[in-house]
Amino acid sequence: MREAMPKWADLVLIPLASLVLAFALSALVILAIGEDPVAAVRMMVSGALGSTYAWGYTLYYATNFIFTGLAVAVAFQARLFNIGGEGQAMLGGLGVALICLSLPWPHWALALPAAALGAALFGAAWAAIPAWLQATRGSHIVITTIMFNFIAAAVLNYLLVNVMRPIGAMDPATAKFPPGTHLPSLHDLLAPFGIAFSRAAPANITFLIAIAACVLVWLILWRTRLGYEIRAYGQSEPAALYAGIRPVRIVMAAMLISGALAGLMAVNNVMGEAERLVLNAVEGAGFIGIAVALMGRSHPFGVFLAALLFGFLYQGGAELALWTDIPREMIVVIQALVILFTGALDNMVRMPLERLFLALRRGRP
Amino acid sequence: MDFATALQILDSTVRLATPLLLACLAGLFSERAGIFDIGLEGKMLASAFFSAAVAAVTGSVWLGLSAGIAASLVMAAIHGAASISFRGNQLISGVAINFLAAGLTVVIAQTWFSQGGRTPSLIGAARFEPITLPLAETLHPVPILGPIYHELISGHTLPVYLAFALVPLSWWVLNRTRFGLRLRAVGENPEALDTAGVSVAATRYAAVAICGVLCGIAGAYLATALQAGFVKDMTAGRGFIALAALIFAKWRPWQAMGATLLFGFLQAIALRYQNIDLGGVVLPVQVMDALPYVLTVVILAGFVGRAIPPRAGGTPYMKER
Repeated sequence: MREAMPKWADLVLIPLASLVLAFALSALVILAIGEDPVAAVRMMVSGALGSTYAWGYTLYYATNFIFTGLAVAVAFQARLFNIGGEGQAMLGGLGVALICLSLPWPHWALALPAAALGAALFGAAWAAIPAWLQATRGSHIVITTIMFNFIAAAVLNYLLVNVMRPIGAMDPATAKFPPGTHLPSLHDLLAPFGIAFSRAAPANITFLIAIAACVLVWLILWRTRLGYEIRAYGQSEPAALYAGIRPVRIVMAAMLISGALAGLMAVNNVMGEAERLVLNAVEGAGFIGIAVALMGRSHPFGVFLAALLFGFLYQGGAELALWTDIPREMIVVIQALVILFTGALDNMVRMPLERLFLALRRGRP
Repeated sequence: MDFATALQILDSTVRLATPLLLACLAGLFSERAGIFDIGLEGKMLASAFFSAAVAAVTGSVWLGLSAGIAASLVMAAIHGAASISFRGNQLISGVAINFLAAGLTVVIAQTWFSQGGRTPSLIGAARFEPITLPLAETLHPVPILGPIYHELISGHTLPVYLAFALVPLSWWVLNRTRFGLRLRAVGENPEALDTAGVSVAATRYAAVAICGVLCGIAGAYLATALQAGFVKDMTAGRGFIALAALIFAKWRPWQAMGATLLFGFLQAIALRYQNIDLGGVVLPVQVMDALPYVLTVVILAGFVGRAIPPRAGGTPYMKER
């Protein structure tokens, strides 16, 4: 029996159709609150793509979403739903802060690998307990990772208020990181090539690390034995068991990689942008990773594209909130609709399209 | 701690446990029917906003409550369509509903009231008033029992009494009625129900609708009784604490009441004391914040009394052809 649809339709057409539906509904919401959707789109495009300053913010947000999107995608490949990206990224921030503040770093080139390692280790450690409980005790990973998000928030709140706050400071945040940990921005990186990029925008070298992470995740998933086992386990657990794949090992490996990727996001927002650890540094990026992974069909390249799209939406939405009466939360609505249509209502989009393709095929034998 | 302080903390426990209990019972009906629901938070939030908005405009808490329930039912309908009719992923649908509510409530609140994503403060008949039970004043001078009756049992708003009355009612519906039997069966073994000629989809939609109504009452209670109006993200994770309580209670009504009272007590303590001195060891307030979640993970891990969810939970039902 042939598939109802060609592969390109499954990979490109369905996500696009879902996106169109999500955007159409968002446009209706904008109309309903008495604003002009066309003008809104125009403003978003100029605000997110119209200058190197705008691009700098779009790419900065996209970097966050690449990491959290990859984190969710890797877990999805093993059919695990990691909702804990938010908490893992928080803990990643703690790892970055501890490393940046512990030594008087002479140069960012030394501080960056150390901080990235710290971020990945702390993120992975926060994913390890839910992973181990899922693998050995069968505790539902969705619930445990949600609980760990809240526990992470409490831990960070405690550490920032009671332990890591500099004496005399009022706001719950760590001290400013030493100058030796200052990461080069895209402005610094592109200047030697004679390309003028905005100095004020927060996009930094972490964007390149995010692209490298996409390639690395692709290599792990499709070019290594472990990746094969992760995907096999995700496709069919009984078949994987029969092939001698150990579930405990796969669940642990997939979740540790996932947690490490979520933790790595902190290199971008904590080290690259804020240069200190503040409360709520993640700002929901861990959850946006869910939308990004669904949209990107759990493939690193898809995640990259979807993260760019959400970076655009985020920066464009901030501009809208600045210049119009459309509040910033409109982005949360769009994000919700994308998750709804690409994730939960997938069949609603898929079934009519499948019928269409079947009818086309019957018409042309 | 003197008697009066203890009474105050317990009184605040009851107030704080009420939205948790309503949401927990909501989740109980849905999950016992095999529909996982991590969208309790979103349904409560939607109801909190619409109940406060309508109550603020009309001045009637009852119209507010109806609007809240309606909003929550719309969210429940989306969740039902996604997880029953379109056989989608119930967890992802729940996540989407949480974000939809978080975003839409602020967008609409800003458009309607232009007060930075809140509703105007509710006064008078736009809120649920405390109910003084009969003889509360007369019995007040009676030692111990008098103050307990006066402070702790009397003087709550209507949804509080409703929430606690719903506990035995839920138990009775689930365990002593035909509908309850079907609801539990559809969560454990939907094939059996289908074979018996009962519609799996209809039973599950009914459960999801009950969940919507109860979340609606919980949200309306938050905005019109516990507080006086809607503010952005006012549910503050209560939907997830209710979910934790549901697991803690192993999906049973009486235990749900116990678990939500425990978690409400932790919230009441955290509200009143910043740090708790336990004879030398000082517990920071964040421990109280994290305790419900830690306890739930411990229970889920199965080291202390294993929690086993309904067997068909989370899986869409496909009729055999």
